[in-house]
Amino acid sequence: MQDAIRIHVNGQERTWRSGATVADLLQDLDIRTERVAVELNLEILDRAVFGQRQLQSGDRVEILGFIGGGAAAKAKD
Amino acid sequence: MTDDRLVIAGREFKSRLWVGTGKYKDFVETQKAIEASGADVVTVAVRRVNITDRSKDNLLDYIDPKKYTILPNTAGCYTVEDAVRYSRLARAAGVSDLVKLEVLGDERTLFPDTAGLIEAAKILIKEGFIVFPYTNDDPIVAKKLVDIGCPAVMPLAAPIGSGLGIRNPYNLKIIMETVKVPIIVDAGVGTASDAALAMEYGADAVLMNTAIAGAQDPLAMAEAMKYAVHAGRLAYKAGRIPRKLYATASSPIEGML
Repeated sequence: MQDAIRIHVNGQERTWRSGATVADLLQDLDIRTERVAVELNLEILDRAVFGQRQLQSGDRVEILGFIGGGAAAKAKD
Repeated sequence: MTDDRLVIAGREFKSRLWVGTGKYKDFVETQKAIEASGADVVTVAVRRVNITDRSKDNLLDYIDPKKYTILPNTAGCYTVEDAVRYSRLARAAGVSDLVKLEVLGDERTLFPDTAGLIEAAKILIKEGFIVFPYTNDDPIVAKKLVDIGCPAVMPLAAPIGSGLGIRNPYNLKIIMETVKVPIIVDAGVGTASDAALAMEYGADAVLMNTAIAGAQDPLAMAEAMKYAVHAGRLAYKAGRIPRKLYATASSPIEGML
């Protein structure tokens, strides 16, 4: 049985399996990698390293994508 | 007007109407409105992906990045740091090096913080971004943005979403005369005549969102805007007659009884 880690994903605290990479996390969340940006502890990751970067307990992951927005929408979130 | 393409930073654009993708009922309406507008540049925002409900569709499933130029914005950013961060995230999300840079100064007016805008633009241009700055109708700031390497400037017509139309046509005209890059009038347009006027003054393009998305019939307004921008551009190129106080007869006197 693998150890679990506690991480923050888009501001939500989640328990994940230890040893999981950023690519695993995206796959588990059913998020296609080609249309998102991932920030790990404020560092923007190159898509090429998603499969190598292992998550550690306490990591803060932000996953961002494109939404409708216009001639400057007000911050919605 | 196939010979009247807009070229910015080596990229050719078919349409002089650019549209935002916010405030629509759903993605289907967004898609239909964009199609009706004829726009080939669409702006999008960068936000957290919904990780709890993955059933939600992706905007880019409806707006094909192969068909449209996707222009990510930094809407909602009030600091240089945030605007730079969001620009980098937009690039990392993989569309392109283009960014519509917004550094807002105040929530009530959503006017740009032009000092912050210039600072953020400098940082991003150094990093290889193609920066489209959303700016005030201030000719001095517009010139500074061009001097630091912006390939176009996007002065507002009026506050975002206000629908007030062009509030300072004289400043816009000064910008158009003094700045040697394309001018895209961005924000504040309310209806078709506003867009036509912007083009008649000599704007190279108009960007809008609320005027279309907020109309009672967004698809009809999208189409109206397409014609307005086209008509305004043609009128600008045709060259209007001068305004005169008194009449000039257009029928000959000769041959009258």
